[in-house]
Amino acid sequence: MDKRFIMTSSPHVRSEDSTRSIMLDVLIAMLPALVLSVYTFGARAFMLTIVAVCSCVLFEYLYCRLIKRPQPVGDLSAAVTGVLLAYNLPVAVPIWIPVIGSFFAIVIVKQLYGGIGKNVFNPALAARVFLFLSWPVHMSNFTAPHSAMPLLSRVDAVVTATPMGIVKAGGAISGINLMDMLLGNTGGCIGETSALALIAGGVYLVARRVISPRIPLTYLASVAIVSVLSPGAGLDNLTWMGLQLLGGGLMLGAIFMATDYTTSPVTIGGQYVYGIGCGLLTIFIRYFGAYSEGVSFSILIMNALVWAIDMAFKPPRYGTKRFEKIENYFKAKSKKKDGESS
Amino acid sequence: MSYSFRGGIHPEPHKRETSCAAIETLPPPDEVVIPMSMHIGVPCEPIVKVGDYVRLGQKIGDSSAFVSAPIHASVSGAVKRIAMTLHPSGSQSMAVFIENDGKDELYDLEPQDDWESMSADALTGFVREAGIVGHGGAAFPTQVKIRSAIGKVDTLIINGAECEPYISSDHRCMLENTKEIVGGAKILLKMFPEASCLIAIESNKPDAIEAISKAIEKDSRMQVATLKTKYPQGSEKQLIKSVTGREVPPGALPVNAGCLVLNVETTAAIYRAIVQGRPVVRRVVTVAGSAVAQPKNLKVRVGTPLKYLIEAAGGFIEEPQKIIMGGPMMGLSQFSLDVPVIKGTNALLAFAANEDRRVEEPKCIRCGRCVQVCPMRLLPTYMYLYASKDNYEECDRLHVNDCMECGACTFECPGSLHLTQMFRVAKGKVMERRKK
Repeated sequence: MDKRFIMTSSPHVRSEDSTRSIMLDVLIAMLPALVLSVYTFGARAFMLTIVAVCSCVLFEYLYCRLIKRPQPVGDLSAAVTGVLLAYNLPVAVPIWIPVIGSFFAIVIVKQLYGGIGKNVFNPALAARVFLFLSWPVHMSNFTAPHSAMPLLSRVDAVVTATPMGIVKAGGAISGINLMDMLLGNTGGCIGETSALALIAGGVYLVARRVISPRIPLTYLASVAIVSVLSPGAGLDNLTWMGLQLLGGGLMLGAIFMATDYTTSPVTIGGQYVYGIGCGLLTIFIRYFGAYSEGVSFSILIMNALVWAIDMAFKPPRYGTKRFEKIENYFKAKSKKKDGESS
Repeated sequence: MSYSFRGGIHPEPHKRETSCAAIETLPPPDEVVIPMSMHIGVPCEPIVKVGDYVRLGQKIGDSSAFVSAPIHASVSGAVKRIAMTLHPSGSQSMAVFIENDGKDELYDLEPQDDWESMSADALTGFVREAGIVGHGGAAFPTQVKIRSAIGKVDTLIINGAECEPYISSDHRCMLENTKEIVGGAKILLKMFPEASCLIAIESNKPDAIEAISKAIEKDSRMQVATLKTKYPQGSEKQLIKSVTGREVPPGALPVNAGCLVLNVETTAAIYRAIVQGRPVVRRVVTVAGSAVAQPKNLKVRVGTPLKYLIEAAGGFIEEPQKIIMGGPMMGLSQFSLDVPVIKGTNALLAFAANEDRRVEEPKCIRCGRCVQVCPMRLLPTYMYLYASKDNYEECDRLHVNDCMECGACTFECPGSLHLTQMFRVAKGKVMERRKK
């Protein structure tokens, strides 16, 4: 035999999608939010995003080189983590904050668990919470939109309250404008302020079939339903609901964080449960918690439950119905009873 | 509205290259190699000796086992040798080598002109004698399938889905052998007087749907069901779900859902066997793929080595990397072009490029696409995790043995995991564990 053919077992064809193409789609979907953020907060927002992306990629590269793991940088997942991390920072943070956050996200949360697909918690979110608890002053140093920001040098505290902060403090609600929140013309983290830009990205991801709308929609719907039923701060039901939906990091969380493949359920039933769980926890933290915002914490809590949720809500075995086992149990029981009585 | 099921994938069809051209007949080669195992079940024993003169259609192998199908000579000539040879499955199999004398001396079965007055049992007997097996690829003895279904089914499904990419042999047969397919369906309806017959065809074959619809116009018991085009629409369980809404219970057969599913060409073979007295000695094979010069459909004698088919299709325009017998989703890669066409060979593909996009480091990113596309509602991502850690107890709990190896998960996986391959191993390990 002169010529050797490749021998593998079927299937022999594959779709063109790869991890890299999916991550590239996610990066594209996050662009509108970045553009609006630069418009609102200035070039410093862009600079911080670049710092976060570069340090995430660098830490991934260095770590995998150090422990001689095959180089995963080309799959672009570290770049996605970098952008998400930056989107969770106030624009006034010092430059070393995203660098430390990137180290925590990539090395501690992602690589120590085995790299892409193996981590339990969303790296960007875990890093945000880590930074928030370690440097609370920097991490809640929100600036008003369109205030002059130096590109690189230190920013002094110029605290502006975010809409969620105002609500928590019981402050002047009158200063809140839903239209501004939709467009991102308000205080907050770099990438979370413009609901419209984030929704545009979400629509792109759904259209490209990168994510299914199940988690974002159930997440947003459960927040909407609870808030419309229990308004606060003297607002009417719908305004309050709008405030809850557009405020804080909800859109960013629901569209880009809760849908993170690695840390969300793969079963359809599980995705609904996960979305509802995130929504209820977010509302509870906002209503009763010590912090003004609960998106990060609620998603991280749900992250920990993913495996259990998937197993509990796995689809019924082909050829059986979902509750067949339970039905049979009760049928057997009632038969037994009939037998006893007769 | 077309019929469908949940899950499945939409691979590039690549059917146009071959679906428009009429079937060409390949002259028989100077020597045919006829393996004694061309079906699922017990292999046949040769019933001829070296030096015997056999005629076209003469029975040369048979078995007394229930799950088996006799084998017939596909040319006339002398038996040159009987020896072990390479089988398309990759193993060795006993085969009868016949030197073709070019005369095609016939040794046909008796045509049964009065089949309409015969019992189902007698008709099934002819199906067995003609050596009919499933032509769709799996090659299960048709006689066994029919016998186990008699009196238990209300729906007869003739499978013309042909959901695998590249293959168009069934499509061409539906256009060119319409009469035989419909005739076969009529014989089956005679065997199943209680049943109605659905001829299921994917929506990407409108000309076949039209041809069959026209041929069955006057028959109230037959109907065409248009299926949504997606893979694996032609899989037995998914097809039953699509057209009847019933699910075959785990570990059970289509009979348990009141259905009998037969491929269109199998149905035509039943007609040829009973009405024309012709056993299975030929079949239509799609020759295609990026390395093939002139993709086409060829009618070839069973036992023709693959190299003759490639030659007839103009040879290779590019160096082939991979040779596949069957479709790209479930076919078997071939080691050599000397292996023969067998009864279940519906296609021969030669790929020049790296069509399966092999990568060095497959990695799961838990995107869950495998779960969304699995037509058996399994959790491939979790099964893969457990299987890769040799935890076959958990694999069994997740019903890895329900996997029919359709390859949809592997096709869809952006991390290029070898899911199907892993489950193939896991299924074996689970069976071992259960035996203990």
